[in-house]
Amino acid sequence: MNPFDYRRAASAEEAIRHIGTHGAKFLGGGTNLIDLMKLDVEQPAMLVDITKLDLAKVVPTTNGGLMIGALVRNSDLANHPQVVERYPLLSQALLSGASPQLRNMATTGGNLLQRTRCYYFNDTAFPACNKRVPGSGCAAIQGFNRIHAILGQSDHGPTSGESCIATNPSDMNVALAALGATVHIQNSKGKHSMPISAFHRLPGSTPQLDTNLQPDELIVAVELSAPLFAKNSSYLKVRDRQSYAFALVSVAAGLEMDGDTIKSAGLALGGVAHKPWRSLEAEQSMAGATPSRQSFEKAADLVLFRAKGYEHNGFKIQLAKQSIVRALTLAARGTNAGVEA
Amino acid sequence: MAAGLPRLAAAQAAHQAEATTVKRIDVSLNVNGKTQQLNLDTRTMLLDALREHMDLTGSKKGCDHGQCGACTVLIDGRRVNSCLTLAVAVAGAEIVTVEGLAKGDDLSPVQQAFMDHDGFQCGYCTPGQICSATALIEEAGKGQLSQVSWRTGKTTHPEISDDEIRERMSGNICRCGAYPNIVAAVRTALGKGASA
Repeated sequence: MNPFDYRRAASAEEAIRHIGTHGAKFLGGGTNLIDLMKLDVEQPAMLVDITKLDLAKVVPTTNGGLMIGALVRNSDLANHPQVVERYPLLSQALLSGASPQLRNMATTGGNLLQRTRCYYFNDTAFPACNKRVPGSGCAAIQGFNRIHAILGQSDHGPTSGESCIATNPSDMNVALAALGATVHIQNSKGKHSMPISAFHRLPGSTPQLDTNLQPDELIVAVELSAPLFAKNSSYLKVRDRQSYAFALVSVAAGLEMDGDTIKSAGLALGGVAHKPWRSLEAEQSMAGATPSRQSFEKAADLVLFRAKGYEHNGFKIQLAKQSIVRALTLAARGTNAGVEA
Repeated sequence: MAAGLPRLAAAQAAHQAEATTVKRIDVSLNVNGKTQQLNLDTRTMLLDALREHMDLTGSKKGCDHGQCGACTVLIDGRRVNSCLTLAVAVAGAEIVTVEGLAKGDDLSPVQQAFMDHDGFQCGYCTPGQICSATALIEEAGKGQLSQVSWRTGKTTHPEISDDEIRERMSGNICRCGAYPNIVAAVRTALGKGASA
């Protein structure tokens, strides 16, 4: 790990002032950043510790939603009564990720910025990774690509400077995508916000960029609008072991019911793309339908018809289809019905 | 040009020297009720501060990447991975390690349960397991949920079944595979409503 300066910021303004320093990075829970620093993937010249800022509150908004401070820890958010009661999809997703220790450390803002677990990104012994060294190529395309993307990837061959088939590893982000969350941001000029769909990026021609957050900007909060899916939601995570592993495929599914009819739906996938993969077409296809295998399979096909697999992850296409149908079926059965019921 | 190049080289050398210079910082750590002043390289993890600078070698270094849980300690009552925690970032916090759980020779209920159930083999992961289980009992007492709670639909102050114990202890890996006895130890400690 490279040496670095350490500053503990007392206010958001002070933190933003420090972040202007060359090579400075914010330190929140540190579960991802410190790990990447140990691997020399991240080499900040300065860490600006923001953990003492007053950004750890969860507050109801006037329009029936919830404002979640960027420093609310994952375990606190998952267990917050408002989240358990009104946004169970988010609680489920958070508790599906990492371990109790890591959830106690990891923050809401940090989880939004969690970097890919692509083996080639995380191991500096591999020279080719456009995300780590722009222009160097993508070792995953012809490498071991079991955990890689099937949707929205950038694939112009392994030597292209634009190729990247990495996935976003977060569970929280998938639930936030299905819930249509808004990310609130502060910089030296003031505050602005963007929908989560515009926050995370597809690799396009600049795979080194995970998000549209600028390097000198601070995430201050995540806002949820009034809940639609409290009674009918399900987060389904499929992975190589039952707990404490990243998703091969995950599905955040929410249904707003009107009697026996689906009024609206929220549907997003994790483990399949560079960003949480929300499909508005699939969501809209379910509006007005009755919950059935047929309507859910139609939605799954709409999500996946453009999917492309690689040598080791072709199975994800079928797995994702079946996971979507299962997550929607469980959501239709009711949030607290229990998988094993 | 002739004058510019050496200046550029000098600037690059200065930048390089700055980038490799160790940065030190004064840190006051409160561990097991005692406060100690240290002067540390900013890179020092809490785990290394405990083991190398404070002679508290109970917390173990397994993976050093937050994957195995051998380094688990309690910070302000919450279990965390000390290998991913910068020492400087927890200055002023209340840190408890496995050395701080017993009262003199009286083992904590979780420690006693691990003894009674033979909840270890080589013992390397045990301090982390014990710190983790101590926090688990505290969390369960507050009615906190796990993904098992959602899967079973029991989301109001769930009872801690063996499935819940396994899930809630999943951040602590045991290479010997002493899991059945670890689950039994945690079950017993929970039954006593024990906490540190």
